[in-house]
Amino acid sequence: MPKDSGIGASSKRREDVRFLTGKGRYTDDINRAGQAYAYFLRSDVAHGRIRSIDTTEAAAMPGVLRIFTDEDFKDTGSLPTAWTVTSIDGSVQQEPRHPVLAEGIVRHVGEPIAGIVAETIEQARDAAEKIVLEMEELPAVTDAKAAVEAGAPQVHEELTSNLCFDWGFIQDNKAAVDAAFETAHHVTSLELVNQRVVANPMEPRCAVAEYDAGDDQYTLWTTSQNPHVIRMMMGAFVLNIPETKLRVVAPDVGGAFGSKIYNYNEEAFVTLAARILGRPVKWTSSRTEAFVSDAQGRDHQTKIELALDADGMFLAFRTETYANLGAYLRLFATVTPTYLHGPAAGGAYRTPLAYVNVKGVFTNTVPVDAYRGAGRPEGTYQLERLVDKAARELGIDPAELRRKNFVKPEEFPYQTPLAVVYDSGNYHATLDKLLDLSDYAGFAARRQESAARGKLRGYGFATWVECSGLAPSQLIGQLGARAGLYESAMVRVNPTGGIQVFTGTHSHGQGHETAFAQIVAEHLGIDEKLIEIIHGDTAKIPFGMGTYGSRSGAVGGAAILKATEKVIAKARKFAAHILEASEEDVNLVNGQFTVAGTDRSMAWAEVALAAYVPHNYPSDTLEPGLEESAFYDPENFVYPAGAYGCEVEVDPETGVVEVLNFVAADDFGTIINPMIVAGQQHGGVAQGIGQALLESAVYDKNGQLTSGSFMEYAMPRASDLPCFVVDHSCQTPTPHNPLGVKGCGEAGAIGAPPAVVNAVLDALNNGGYDVPDIDMPLSPSRVWAAMQSAS
Amino acid sequence: MYNFDFAKPSTIADAVKAMSEEDAQALGGGQTLIPTLKQRLAAPSTLVSLTGIPEMQGICMDDAGRLCIGGATTHATVAAEGAAHYPALAAMASHIGDPAVRNRGTLGGSLANNDPSACYPAAVLASGATVVTNAREIAADDYFQGMFTTALDEGEIITEVKFPVPEAANYQKFVQPASRFALVGVFVAKYADGVRVAVTGASEDGVFRWSEAEEALSSDFSAGALDGLSVDASTMIGDLHGTPEYRAHLVSVMTRRAVAAC
Amino acid sequence: MVEISMNVNGKPVSGAVEGRTLLSAFLRDDLRLTGTHIGCDTSQCGACVVHVNGEAVKACTMFAAEADGAEVTTIEGMANADGTLGVVQQAFQDEHGLQCGFCTPGMVMSAAALLRDNPTPSEAEIREYLEGNICRCTGYHNIVKAIQTAAAKLTPVAAE
Repeated sequence: MPKDSGIGASSKRREDVRFLTGKGRYTDDINRAGQAYAYFLRSDVAHGRIRSIDTTEAAAMPGVLRIFTDEDFKDTGSLPTAWTVTSIDGSVQQEPRHPVLAEGIVRHVGEPIAGIVAETIEQARDAAEKIVLEMEELPAVTDAKAAVEAGAPQVHEELTSNLCFDWGFIQDNKAAVDAAFETAHHVTSLELVNQRVVANPMEPRCAVAEYDAGDDQYTLWTTSQNPHVIRMMMGAFVLNIPETKLRVVAPDVGGAFGSKIYNYNEEAFVTLAARILGRPVKWTSSRTEAFVSDAQGRDHQTKIELALDADGMFLAFRTETYANLGAYLRLFATVTPTYLHGPAAGGAYRTPLAYVNVKGVFTNTVPVDAYRGAGRPEGTYQLERLVDKAARELGIDPAELRRKNFVKPEEFPYQTPLAVVYDSGNYHATLDKLLDLSDYAGFAARRQESAARGKLRGYGFATWVECSGLAPSQLIGQLGARAGLYESAMVRVNPTGGIQVFTGTHSHGQGHETAFAQIVAEHLGIDEKLIEIIHGDTAKIPFGMGTYGSRSGAVGGAAILKATEKVIAKARKFAAHILEASEEDVNLVNGQFTVAGTDRSMAWAEVALAAYVPHNYPSDTLEPGLEESAFYDPENFVYPAGAYGCEVEVDPETGVVEVLNFVAADDFGTIINPMIVAGQQHGGVAQGIGQALLESAVYDKNGQLTSGSFMEYAMPRASDLPCFVVDHSCQTPTPHNPLGVKGCGEAGAIGAPPAVVNAVLDALNNGGYDVPDIDMPLSPSRVWAAMQSAS
Repeated sequence: MYNFDFAKPSTIADAVKAMSEEDAQALGGGQTLIPTLKQRLAAPSTLVSLTGIPEMQGICMDDAGRLCIGGATTHATVAAEGAAHYPALAAMASHIGDPAVRNRGTLGGSLANNDPSACYPAAVLASGATVVTNAREIAADDYFQGMFTTALDEGEIITEVKFPVPEAANYQKFVQPASRFALVGVFVAKYADGVRVAVTGASEDGVFRWSEAEEALSSDFSAGALDGLSVDASTMIGDLHGTPEYRAHLVSVMTRRAVAAC
Repeated sequence: MVEISMNVNGKPVSGAVEGRTLLSAFLRDDLRLTGTHIGCDTSQCGACVVHVNGEAVKACTMFAAEADGAEVTTIEGMANADGTLGVVQQAFQDEHGLQCGFCTPGMVMSAAALLRDNPTPSEAEIREYLEGNICRCTGYHNIVKAIQTAAAKLTPVAAE
């Protein structure tokens, strides 16, 4: 019988009430007295030299308070990146300065050149049109491979080349990997593109800043996944504001998917402008601006090869990837295609040898950074496409080829050839669950039925393993991280029993306000409603690293559990004192402190009150109050995994792909709230299907983003998607954190793209079209063209 | 957007007067115009809203058996009230944009804009409809003059469109996945004196009649009559969502499907 | 400036607006009804859907002056008189039909309009009706379920 509260219950989300009644409070809903508005003049060329900029006429326009250019920001630091990647030759990544406003050169369409602050947003826009800008357009390069060819336009003149890094993982294994290919029975190879996509959370970014000269205090309300990270990065590295003087608030945030991790130019701009002008300053992105200023995702070109023996066992795989980083490095720019990509690139298989090579390349495009899955979707996509191709070449059933190469349940913990140790898992179980839920046995009949209607039906598999729960600080420190990725929590029990839990993670759709309360309620044995989760404000929360990389449950949840255990330990002291028992004899059971072997007990609320009424305590050993904080640093990553199956129908006349069924059988370890977890699976799968079929950020040769609005960039709509079947009943709780949770937020975006593409290739190849390969997005036009060239 | 004066006349005469202001622009439902204004791609001095003019609203049948639709009639109204008279036209209107867009967007607004991917131009051209303005009547064949170009004079307002009702008709829309406009849309209408086929979304020149298909279908109204016929890909639009060859192919496929569905 | 007045969520309001003032801006900036959201500038995302004279429209693609004299309902007007969630709102919570909440007001307004026009929609009809509402979080699965649940509650026969 399902639980009705605590861990494992599908508690309804408490945050929904405000969202459903229009009382959510997003950054753009915040308006400060005397607020002025910022608008940015952005580059309309991908690469150019600013010969002159004349703001005289613009500055005199009605309502204009001030026009800022790079001169005003010359004392500010570079927008930071958080990771040092070391190349094969031992050199560290090339790291160009990333200014708040362009300094003489623009390097991508959309780069801010000047910021206009005026009484109204329309006045600021009017003034922007009056800025006289003389720009010498320079040759641009948008493709990562083209950017490293001799004679390519240089994105940053001060760098030796457009190559940011050339990373080999693990370089010492390369010779052995290559040797395995020399003697392999069969080699399957594949070149593919994991196209660039745009995160497009429905809420565009927004930032409102205010400065109080009286106490030299800045407040920034911003659309962020990690307010403390913004405070630290922007305060310390860009604007030189001590943490004590800068408060960052991330209120309700309307989706993020990675794109709201970074410290953006506009956040730094409004913060400094607010002080200079002595007025609150607000900037709200339009969707059009978002397309050329939000960090974008993916954009890999990869060659991947698999060596197999005569029995179809994987011997080795190797990859060479060109990762397009865009024009500048944002916060996770260099770690995303390297350490978030390589360690899980081996997937669910016991391939003994592996080598991953990634070249990070600057181009004249919008900066690329983490997008839902961040590096792991790219690794999974290339591997799962390759495994399917090998199965086709060898005439082996794709499920069977996967199964025989899976890490076996008894082999965990499993040391991979890519440095990491998988914690726990049962990949055979999730595959079996998938085959069952998707009625794989009945597929042949369904294919026949489709054929009778003139349609080509296909089934595609993908399995995935994610290296998630960012991150063990000691390990990532060795790998080049410039910060730790622990999480903090504070649990405050108030005198009348209400409990506030302060978490350093941030909820922007994940339902933390509900799920984290379930964790605390479970351990205290009290009603969830008594527990309130507080997040998103550096003035309230002790510290935090934020929400990304499927880390909130695994790391943030564990920190909450730790703080809760400390609170219980202290409460037990009060209870023991009042109940006149020894501490070891007092237990918390269902919200009651009981003394073992007696009928003496005290309710949780009585103990809470007693903690604040210290009339007769041994004050030398027992402090009043009931509030504890904890930092939790995981000892290792966690490794959720799953098996996905997609069933499609292709219309051979038009190339239209219809997703008929999508089944996800996942292992996320312990589940805190099954309803919320299923929602995360749905959303991730939808984004994965979106990438597979619809979405693409396309730059023309001049560096213009041709899919720069919802008129050209195809977002998945309700009618593009089926109802999903999602399952998370296969559970191998991780031993790497005390909750046993593994993280579920990115799963669908990782596993869905290869499943969809494999399904379409299955449909085509079984339908008489010899199409060995096709790149995303599988638009009707592209599928039709592939069929034309095959027949 | 740039600011402008807002006028909401209640008669055609007042609207015409308001439109005589320099740089005045007519506002139908605004579903295309307002996004254009947001991008500051237009700077009218006055926007003349046409949605408050009763004589430009609604649908009726005239004595000649034509379905007459007021220029300010929304797509939603045509979808709901046109079904009894001209089902294919109503079905087409019921798939323009999305429900909220259909509650605002108007027939006149769509025709005046003549977006090369809009649905209405195909219906009007395939129906051989008559575009009625405050000044004159314009035959559909004369009205559409290329992408975003029409026979309308400055300040001229579409007050009504008269659609001869065909014996059979069907519209097949292949949607562009982002905008949900037509990547290719084909409207086939069979009249006693012949078949008309109009194609939207596909051509660099905007909506056009596919005369070879019309001839073939006029003598044999069956999908098979189209075998071997195709439009010239060199005049088709090529973009992110489809090559010229693909659009040319879709014109054939959608036309066959429209005929089969008649 | 244009003088306008209208009823919003049953209450008379008036104001002076510029010609270019959008209904969404009037609601958000003048009336501080910030539940109506702006997610795009091409009239596609539907986060701003409200009802004008009972019909779903995109408040970002209509001028405030065009709503002069109209009855306007926003997400803030969808709860029951006693403040509890209305049937559609409650169904969204029950079925986990929202995550970040940003598209939600528009989704609820579109769903309510659909169920008034078509009390017993099929799954395909629901999905088609949501053509102008984009959600990036839910994959629509639970939104569709929420609308089905609301339909069954509002029109019990639909459940049979």
